[in-house]
Amino acid sequence: MNTTIMLFLVQDGITNGAIYALLGLALVLVFAVTRVILIPQGEFVTYGALTYASLAAGQMPGTAKLALALGIGAFAFDLFVARKALHGRLVVRSFIANVVLPAIVLALTLSLAAQKPPVAVCIALSLVIVAMIGLYLYRIAFQPLAHTSVLVLLIASVGVHLALQGLGLLFFGAEGQRGPAVLSGAFTAGALRFTGQSITVYAITIAFIVALWLFFGLTLYGKALRATAVNRLGARLAGIRTTLSGQIAFLLASVIGALSGILIVPITTLYYDSGFLIGLKGFVAAIIGGLVSYPLTAVAALVVGIVEAFSSFYASNYKEVIVFMLLIPVLLLRSLAAPAVEEEKD
Amino acid sequence: MQSRLPILVFAILMAAIPLIPGVPPFWIVLLDNIGLAALVAMGLVLLTGVGGLTSFGQAAFVGFGAYTTAVLTTAYGLSPWLTLPLSLVVSGSLAVLLGLITVRLSGHYLPLGTLAWGLGLFYLFSKLEFLGRNDGISAIPPLSIGAFKMLSPGSIYYAIWVAVILSALLTMNLLDSRTGRAIRALRRGHVAAEAFGVHTPRAKLLVFIHAAVLAGLSGWLYAHLQRAVNPTPFGAHMGIEYLFIAVVGGAGYVWGGVLGAAIVVILKEVLQSYLPLILPGSGQVETIVFGIMLVALLQLAPGGLWPWLMSFFPERTDGRKPDTSLKLEHRTRAPAETGVLLQVEKARKQFGGVVAVNNVSFDVQAREIVALIGPNGAGKSTTFNLITGVLSATSGSISVLGRKVDNAPPQEIVKLGISRTFQHVKLVPDMTVLENVAIGAHLRGHSGPISSMLRLDRADEAKLLAEAARQIERVGLAEQMHQLAGSLSLGQQRIVEIARALCVDPMLLLLDEPAAGLRHMEKQRLAALLRELRDGGMSVLLVEHDMGFVMNLADRIVVLDFGTKIAEGTPATIKTNPEVIKAYLGVAA
Repeated sequence: MNTTIMLFLVQDGITNGAIYALLGLALVLVFAVTRVILIPQGEFVTYGALTYASLAAGQMPGTAKLALALGIGAFAFDLFVARKALHGRLVVRSFIANVVLPAIVLALTLSLAAQKPPVAVCIALSLVIVAMIGLYLYRIAFQPLAHTSVLVLLIASVGVHLALQGLGLLFFGAEGQRGPAVLSGAFTAGALRFTGQSITVYAITIAFIVALWLFFGLTLYGKALRATAVNRLGARLAGIRTTLSGQIAFLLASVIGALSGILIVPITTLYYDSGFLIGLKGFVAAIIGGLVSYPLTAVAALVVGIVEAFSSFYASNYKEVIVFMLLIPVLLLRSLAAPAVEEEKD
Repeated sequence: MQSRLPILVFAILMAAIPLIPGVPPFWIVLLDNIGLAALVAMGLVLLTGVGGLTSFGQAAFVGFGAYTTAVLTTAYGLSPWLTLPLSLVVSGSLAVLLGLITVRLSGHYLPLGTLAWGLGLFYLFSKLEFLGRNDGISAIPPLSIGAFKMLSPGSIYYAIWVAVILSALLTMNLLDSRTGRAIRALRRGHVAAEAFGVHTPRAKLLVFIHAAVLAGLSGWLYAHLQRAVNPTPFGAHMGIEYLFIAVVGGAGYVWGGVLGAAIVVILKEVLQSYLPLILPGSGQVETIVFGIMLVALLQLAPGGLWPWLMSFFPERTDGRKPDTSLKLEHRTRAPAETGVLLQVEKARKQFGGVVAVNNVSFDVQAREIVALIGPNGAGKSTTFNLITGVLSATSGSISVLGRKVDNAPPQEIVKLGISRTFQHVKLVPDMTVLENVAIGAHLRGHSGPISSMLRLDRADEAKLLAEAARQIERVGLAEQMHQLAGSLSLGQQRIVEIARALCVDPMLLLLDEPAAGLRHMEKQRLAALLRELRDGGMSVLLVEHDMGFVMNLADRIVVLDFGTKIAEGTPATIKTNPEVIKAYLGVAA
C-alpha cells in the first residue's frame, strides 16, 4: 500500500471520526441523563448544517419558524400541566422562554437572511435555532414520558426522528447543500494538507470531550445530572430538579449536533436525510463506548471513522455494511463480559 | 386457557369478506398487507411485549424469508411450497446466529444492536450481486395449488390469513404453557426465573427465533404476493414501523399485533391519499404526521389500543380449579437427606473494598429451622445470594450434602433441592397466582416449545398446574388462585413466593424476610406452616427481623453483624448473648 494514500485515508478517517465522536458524546450525554436514545440526533446535525448553509446563501431557513411553533407548543404544555396552580410569574417566565425568545430569533433571522450575513452570525443563529428546537422537543415529546421505560422513550425518539426528517424535506427540499468553510486557509506538512476546517474539527472535538469529562466527573452539577439518570425519584428527593437536568442534556445535545453539522457541511454535501446515517455512526461509537464512557466513545468514533475511510477506498460498495457490522464483534465481546446485574423493568 | 370461540368467529368473518359482493379489490390488497404486517408484529409482541427484548431488526428477517424464496424459485426453479420450509429455516438459523450475539445484551444494547445489524443487512441486500442489488429479483412464480395459480391479491388473501390465524393460535398456545411462563417471566429480570431453573438466555433465544420465523413467513408470502423483491421494504425504517405496529396495538397481546397492523396500514393509506389534498407540499407530509401521532399515542395510551378495546368487554375469568388429584412426580432426590444439608465454610464476598460477608461459617441440618438474623446491612441477603448461586463467593466454600457447589449457577442449585424466596418480591404481576406458582415447578415438567404450540403438552401441563394449586392451597391462598399476582397485598405476595418455592419439592427452603408485611394472625399461620414442613422432613433457613417470630420458631439462630458471624445458638442463648444485644441496641450504658 502506498504510504501517502494510507496517511490520507487516516486523516480523512480522523476528521470524520472526530464528528462521530462529537455525536457519540452527545448520545452518551442524553442517554446518561434522560435514558432517551436520541435517534433525532442526526436531525440536529442536518438542521444545523442546512440552516447554516441556507443563511449563508441568503435564504430564510424554515427551522426558525419550527422553533417558534415548537416553543408555542412547549408553552401550551407548561400551561396545561400547571393549570391547577397558575401563577403569574410562572406563566410569564414560560412565555418568555418558549415564545418571546424564538419570536425574537425568528424576527432576527427574517431581517438578516436576505443580506447574506457573515459566517460568524450564520453560525450563531443556526446554533441558537437548533438549540431551541432541542429544548422544546424535550418539553413536548420526552418530558411527559420521563417516567416510562427505555423502550417507550426509544420508540418516541423514533417518532420524533420521523417527524423531523419529514419537516427537513419540507424546509430544505430534496437538494443537497454545502456551506462556506468556517475557517479558510490551509497548510501542508509533508505529504498531508491540513485545511483550517479540519483543524477546527479536531480542536472543537477535543475541547468538548475534555469539557464534558470534567463537567460530569468533577462538578457537583455534573454529578447531579448523572444521579438523575440512575434514579429519578432518588435524585428528586435529594433536591435535584430532574426536568432541568433533561433540558440541559437536550440543549447540549442539540448544540453539539448542530455544531457537528456546521463543521461538516463545508466538507461534504448534506441532504435533509443525511443526518440519520451520520447519527447512527455516532451510535456505533457510543455503543462501543458502552453508552457510559466519554473517552472510550471518542476513541471508538475515531476507529469508526478510519474503518469507514479505508472501506470506502477498498470496498466502497460495502462501506456501510462494514461500518455497521463492526458492531457485531463489539457486541459479542460485551455479551461475553456482560455482568449478571438484575434489571427491573417497567 | 382462553376460549377459542372469538377466534373462530374472527376466522369465519375474515373468510367471508372477499365473498361479499361489491367489496372493492383495493380493500383486499389492504387486508393482504395487514396480514403480512400482523405476522411480523405478532413475533414482536412475543419478543418485545412479553419477553422484553426490543428488536428494530425484524425487517431483515422478512428480507431473509423473501430473498430465500426469490432466489430459489427464480434461479433454481424450486416450487414455492418447497421454499416455504427453507425460508423459515433460513430466517430461523440466522436468528440463532444473530441471537447468540445479541440476546444476552442487557437493556438498551439490544435494540441498538438490532438497529445496527438491521441497517447492515439492508445494505448487504442492496449490494449483493446474486440478490440483484438495488433492483432486486423479479418474475417470482405465484403460489399455486394444482392448476390454480394465486395471481390476484384476492386469491393469495386466504394463504395470508390462514398463516396469520394459525400463527396466532400457535403463539397463544406457546404462551399458555411451561415454556410460555418462562418467557413471560423474562421481562421481570432473570434472577427469579433462574432461581427456578429457567435457562434465561435459552428462553430469550427461543422467542427471538420464533419472532424471526414469523417474520420469515411474512417475507415468503410477500415475495409471492408481489412476485418481486427489492431491498427497500427490508430497511431500518420498516424495522421501526413493525415495532410501531406492535406498540400501537398493545405490545403485550397477540391480537394487539393484528389490530396494530390494521390501524397502521389503513392510517398510512389514508394519510398518503388524503393529506396532500389538505396540506399541499412536497411529499413526506405523512411521515411528519406519522411521527407526531406515534409520540402522541405513547403519551396518551402507552399500553396500546388492544387492552383499551378489551376493557369494553366483560372480563372473562377462567375460574376452573386445576384437578388436584393429578400427581406430579417428585424431584429425583439424593439418596440420604439426613445429617448436614448445607455447609457454609468461611464464605466471603467483597464488593470492591466493602466486605459484605466476612468468612462466615454455619450449617443447616436435616429437619431443622435455622434463622439468620442481624441488623440491616449485616450481609444476610448476600449470604442467601451466595448459597443460591446468584453471586459467586470471593473465597470460602459452600457444600450441599457434602458436595461442593462453589460457583454453580442458580439453575444447578435449585436442582439440588434448594429453593428460595426474595426480600423484594419477584413475581410477574400480570400473571395469575397459579401461573406464578407453576414457575416453581418448571424443572419438574418437561414439555418443550414445539409440543406446547401443538398442545401435546396438556398432560404434563395439568400435572404442573395441579401441583401449583396444591401448594397454593397449602399456604392458604386458594381464594386468590386466579387473581393477578400484582393485585395481591405485599404480605400475600410473599406467601405466593413461598408456594412457588414449595413447588420445587425442596429439601431446603430459603426464606428472605417471609413475615415482613404480614399481620399477626398471618404470621402465626406462617409459623405453623413452617413447623409442619419441618416435621414433614424439610429444612428451612430464614432471614427475619421479627424477633418474636424468630424466637418462637427457630431451632437455631445465626447472628451476623457487619458481615461477620458474632453468635450462634438456640433462641434462649442468643437472647442473653451480650454481643448480640450490643449489635442490636448499641453498647449498654
